[in-house]
Amino acid sequence: MSHDNSSPSFLQHHFHDVKQQYETSKLGMWAFILTEVLTFGGLFVAYVVYRSWYPEMFINANLLLDVNKGLLNTVVLITSSLTMALAIWAIQKKNKNLSLVMLILTFILAFMFLGIKYLEYSHKFEVGQLPGEYYSYMGPEIAHINNPHIFFSIYFMMTGLHGLHVAIGMGLIGWLIYATAKGNLHSKYYTPMEMIGIFWHLVDLIWIYLFPLFYLIG
Amino acid sequence: MAENQKQNYLTHPKGIMSWVLTLDHKRIGLMYLFGGIIFFFLGGLLALGMRLELAAPGNDFMSNDTYNNVYTLHGAIMIFLFIIPAIPGALGNILLPLMLGAKDVAFPRLNLASFYLYTLGALFTLYTIVSGGVDTGWTFYTPYSTTSTSNVIPMTMGIFIIGFSSILTGLNFIATIHKMRIPGLTWYKLPLFVWALYGTSLVQITATPVIAITMVLLILERLLGIGIFDPALGGDPVLYQHFFWFYSHPAVYIMILPAFGIISEIIPVHSRKKIWGYKFIAFSTLSIAFIGFLVWGHHMFTSGQSVFSQIVFSFITYFVGIPTGVKIFSWILTMYRGQVSFTPPMLYALSFLFLFTIGGLTGIFLGAVALDIHLHDTYFVVAHFHYVMQGGTIIAFLGGLHHWWPKSMGTMYNQTVANICCLGVFLGFNGTFFPQFLLGLRGMPRRYATYDPQYADLHNYSSFWSAILGLSIFIAIMNLLWSLRKNNKLDPGTNPWGAMTLEWTHTTSPPHPHNFEEEPVLEHGPYDYDKVIVEPTFKK
Repeated sequence: MSHDNSSPSFLQHHFHDVKQQYETSKLGMWAFILTEVLTFGGLFVAYVVYRSWYPEMFINANLLLDVNKGLLNTVVLITSSLTMALAIWAIQKKNKNLSLVMLILTFILAFMFLGIKYLEYSHKFEVGQLPGEYYSYMGPEIAHINNPHIFFSIYFMMTGLHGLHVAIGMGLIGWLIYATAKGNLHSKYYTPMEMIGIFWHLVDLIWIYLFPLFYLIG
Repeated sequence: MAENQKQNYLTHPKGIMSWVLTLDHKRIGLMYLFGGIIFFFLGGLLALGMRLELAAPGNDFMSNDTYNNVYTLHGAIMIFLFIIPAIPGALGNILLPLMLGAKDVAFPRLNLASFYLYTLGALFTLYTIVSGGVDTGWTFYTPYSTTSTSNVIPMTMGIFIIGFSSILTGLNFIATIHKMRIPGLTWYKLPLFVWALYGTSLVQITATPVIAITMVLLILERLLGIGIFDPALGGDPVLYQHFFWFYSHPAVYIMILPAFGIISEIIPVHSRKKIWGYKFIAFSTLSIAFIGFLVWGHHMFTSGQSVFSQIVFSFITYFVGIPTGVKIFSWILTMYRGQVSFTPPMLYALSFLFLFTIGGLTGIFLGAVALDIHLHDTYFVVAHFHYVMQGGTIIAFLGGLHHWWPKSMGTMYNQTVANICCLGVFLGFNGTFFPQFLLGLRGMPRRYATYDPQYADLHNYSSFWSAILGLSIFIAIMNLLWSLRKNNKLDPGTNPWGAMTLEWTHTTSPPHPHNFEEEPVLEHGPYDYDKVIVEPTFKK
């Protein structure tokens, strides 16, 4: 029942051929992407509900976010999506070294994103622009505005969950670098790179929505 | 080769580690079955504890606080640890690749990971119990769940983790059904159980992420006071109800659709007749899955939602009745002029038809706004829910277990005992829950440990029959386990019901470790009793 010796080593025993294995992985990955969209979907709904309840508060609290850092992060993450796509292109073209360079660049850009996010977060922690009960900031931007802590609850929830995805993505890209360097991934079998690529584009895409919804509504 | 034929997945390979680290879907299914049955007993004991307390009006055996813990844990355990994972996790895992002619599910490692996530969630639940319980009800409504001093966090954490197990199983099954079928096994030649698992899996991957994020929000609300659900901080507790029911209503279909699938297998096989309305049954599964996403508001008629929302949700709720009715009538027409044999699986299927119809029809009562406002949070809801979930899903699960037991274990239980137990379950169930409809109509509210003496007779009656129900289920399971004794093996070629799906016609009982000696070639459809004769074979 197992495959004969002519089958490639990356073909798992329960698949007929490489094509079936590839298509199955891809379908599974897209189904997973759907679950991710719905997970974030719950938070987007919370955003919509509270923004429609407190439109003025959202606009005023929005002024407390650092648009430049947000914009920089957007550029960083979009660039990392490009380098991820180029890594896949390079491995298809049998250019292992270029693929490795692109993966490492993606990893560095992801790290930069989290670094910038850390700077933003630590500033918010210092001035007390925090979720719920921990909120203490009383600056002029939000004078006479009720419930600014709700904005920060949603901000931290959504960017926090997104940041967690970036961190998980870094782990996965790190593994890709290892697997590519070792030669486990090559022009005939690069399915994991493609799947993690899809995941990485999703992480990018979610940020594309988060950035205007939090930083640009003023 | 002769030696090879004797091999089956139960005995090969050997050793504890070959089970703990197995990637074989059949073994993973058995482990799910084992876990599910343990929690079924635990949840059942809690239920019997409640019935004991309710046998008489006062606080006879437990305090109000204990009672709150008992009903919360009963609900949470039965739903999240037994009903949701049991049919897809146990029967689905064992049967799906066999029915498709595949060697395994699409992602065997992910499958094992789902099982261990389930185990981890179960550990959180057990921790909740030993550390003092949780008293919010299985729905964890805010603001009580954010202020209660009981162990809400470990329990909701457990549900969060089990949610991921459920998502990964669903994802795995979808990929398996799309990509792992043997050549020639087109969509309309799939056994209807596979269609049911497909509909279930779609709901699992689209609804469960929402409960996951809701549980995270609830946990953060308790830990950090983020205020999303807290009116004191400008939040909205009703938003929690929306989030919760946006998952939990579709989750009702995660629980019942696989049961429909089992009934669609049992009835044609034990009536020896082609299923009536194959495509209608298949597409009614998908339409129930779809409509299920549009009706969550009918759980919230008393939450202060607008009259307009009430009317819309009520209206859409009635639509669920159409595909459900299509199924029921198709099953009845399948039996019409068939050779119905009263085997244990068939008796469970017949009980299902009777009980689920009562459950479904009373659901229409509750979908009507005016009536629901009267019946909301009464025993009428309790009875309806149990008629659907126990009378529907659990009865179908027991039927499926009896149907595929000879296939998956290679032994036959005592059929007379099984039939008597089925009768006991049927009578015990009706005796327990039918009086609860009456209690609810007379205004008995749910979730109370004590009640006015006017309700005593019906409660007493319900408690008495619940003992018979519990005992019957216990003996039924013991009867199955007793068949595993030594020297009770069936001939590997046994097909006791004369079924024609691939798991019966193309592999041994219990199946080969790789499912099939060689890839099966499809010779006929799953229910072609009008074209092919497959004789029941039963040899020791």
